[in-house]
This record gives sequence, C-alpha cells and structure tokens, in this order.
Amino acid sequence: MSVSIQQVIDSLRNKYPYAIGEIKTFRGEVSVFVKRELIREICSYLKKEFDFKFIVDITAVDYLGRKTPRFEVVYYLHRFGPDFEENIRIRLKVEVPEEDPKVYSVTSVWSGANWLEREVYDMFGIEFVGHPDLRRILMPEDYEAFPLRKDFDVRNREPSKRSFERALKEGT
Amino acid sequence: MGLNTSPIFGGDGFITTKLSAIANWARKNSLWPMPFGTACCAIEMMGVFASRFDLSRFGAEVARFSPRQADLMIVSGTITYKMASVCRRIYDQMPEPKWVIAMGSCTCGGGPFDSYAVVQGIDEFLPVDVYVGGCPPRPEALIDAVMKIQKKIEMQGAPVL
Repeated sequence: MSVSIQQVIDSLRNKYPYAIGEIKTFRGEVSVFVKRELIREICSYLKKEFDFKFIVDITAVDYLGRKTPRFEVVYYLHRFGPDFEENIRIRLKVEVPEEDPKVYSVTSVWSGANWLEREVYDMFGIEFVGHPDLRRILMPEDYEAFPLRKDFDVRNREPSKRSFERALKEGT
Repeated sequence: MGLNTSPIFGGDGFITTKLSAIANWARKNSLWPMPFGTACCAIEMMGVFASRFDLSRFGAEVARFSPRQADLMIVSGTITYKMASVCRRIYDQMPEPKWVIAMGSCTCGGGPFDSYAVVQGIDEFLPVDVYVGGCPPRPEALIDAVMKIQKKIEMQGAPVL
C-alpha cells in the first residue's frame, strides 16, 4: 500500500472530524491545526495507522500581541516509506492559551519526545501533562524565567546571575 | 647569580642564586596547562598543543584534564552562567600559584553573545592574567599569551613557600 500525504489528511478528517482545524499547505509542507485535548490520540493514531515512527521535533511559538491564543506547540512527524515518495513529513499545531499553558504529553507515543518536551517547557513554560520527568533541560534548575517568551528581555542576565551565585554558594 | 669555579671551593663549579629566582625559573619553563575548552577556541588550542605549533617548545605541553596538577588555566570558549560555577570550581581546585589565560572574544567580553545566558567576560568571576582577542585567535596569539605569562612569572614571580 502506498501512502500519500493526501491520504493521511483525508483519514484524519474522517476519523476526527471535530478535532482537525485548518489545514495549510505552503511550498509542499502541510500544517494541520489540531484540537489541544486530542493531540495524544491523533499522534498515536498517525503512528499506528501510517507508521509515523519518528518525532523529528517539538517546538513552540509565542504570538504575544499578535493573536490569541498566545502559544502554538508544533510537532514535526516523519514516516520512512519504502519508496522515496512515501517519505512523508507532517506538521501538527496545537493552540495553547496563556491562562492555561498545558498540553498532554506525547511521551507515551514516542519516548523520544521526552527531552523535546522538556526543552519546550524550559523555554516557554508550557506544561506537558503526563510527562514522566518534567524538569528544565538547558537552563539551571532553579532558573526563574522562560527566556523564549516574547515578554522576556533577551539581554536580561539577572535570573542567570542569581542561579550562578546560588550554585557558587551551594557548591553544585 | 654567579658561576664559581674557584679551586678553593672544589673547582667543580656551582651557582649562587636566590631560591625564589630558581623556583620561578622552573615554574615559567614548566607550565602545566589545564585546558578548559568549551567551544570553537578549544579546537585552536588543540592546534597549539599539536605538532605544528607545538607548545612543548615552551615547556607547557602537559595538558591533562586534571586541575590539581595544573598551574595555568586556559579558558577557551563561550562561558555560560551555568558553566561559570563549574569553571570557578575547577579554578579553586588548582593549587597556588596559578595563572589564567582568557582565550577568545567570548571569554574576554562575551563576544557576539549579548544574551541572557552568556557571561560577559570571565573576569566577572575569575582573576585573569592575559586576555587573547580573536574569534578564534590564531595559535601564534595563544603562544604569545603563554610567553606573556612566562614573562610575568619571571618579573613578578610568586611566593616559594
């Protein structure tokens, strides 16, 4: 059975008619807006039915002052087809409001999502419900800010300095 | 200092000097670097240690990652605040007397990284003896820095006991 991106989209539309929002195609790349509550189900459906066995990346975007809801969490999925044409990459987007920055974790679908979700949590403060070990991954563990949020001044070194001084004092 | 060959003293020849002078002479010609490489400058530092530039000509080739056996710290590469406490701890583990070379723009003043995570110059938390600019500096520049350290040891020295 050969698989095409159109088949994937049609099947998603049939299976989850209410959970699939806008579908955008730009230069051959497909983005699918997905309802926040169903991201884990949709991911596991795509993995089981269409063999999207590789989670390429999970990241987020902060649209502060440009649109509400403020955040979008972005998932890049890949399937390795036996033929070249069957190598399919799809992008899922989940809108996350500022008041309740939480998404279900997809670590139960791909264990590789573990550190990717930790990075999104570290940089944007979006919590992944059901994540086995949601700690900061890049910044110091006692860091107080989320540096990739648009309302964080990128030159503000004060939180880093405080963590550094604490680390010096405690000798860790 | 003087070479004595008088037959009254046995005629074998011996040198009179100060203990501090001979200790500092030995120190300056057998620097043991602790390479603290965190970024691309470290590649250039490896080039300095390797055969083409050969830092062992200056007696400073024993580069082991062992702070307790080192007296020259070469900090080469971007230092973030998360790394800074580690860097300071390594420095504290080195026995006195010790010297520090800040290699590259990042260690001297943050380099291009004016950001929330990067230390704007390692002299925020370390006493630096020689700054080497460049991104990365040429191996000759690092050799020059080592020679400046040698000159500093020769001129100022350090307590022997």
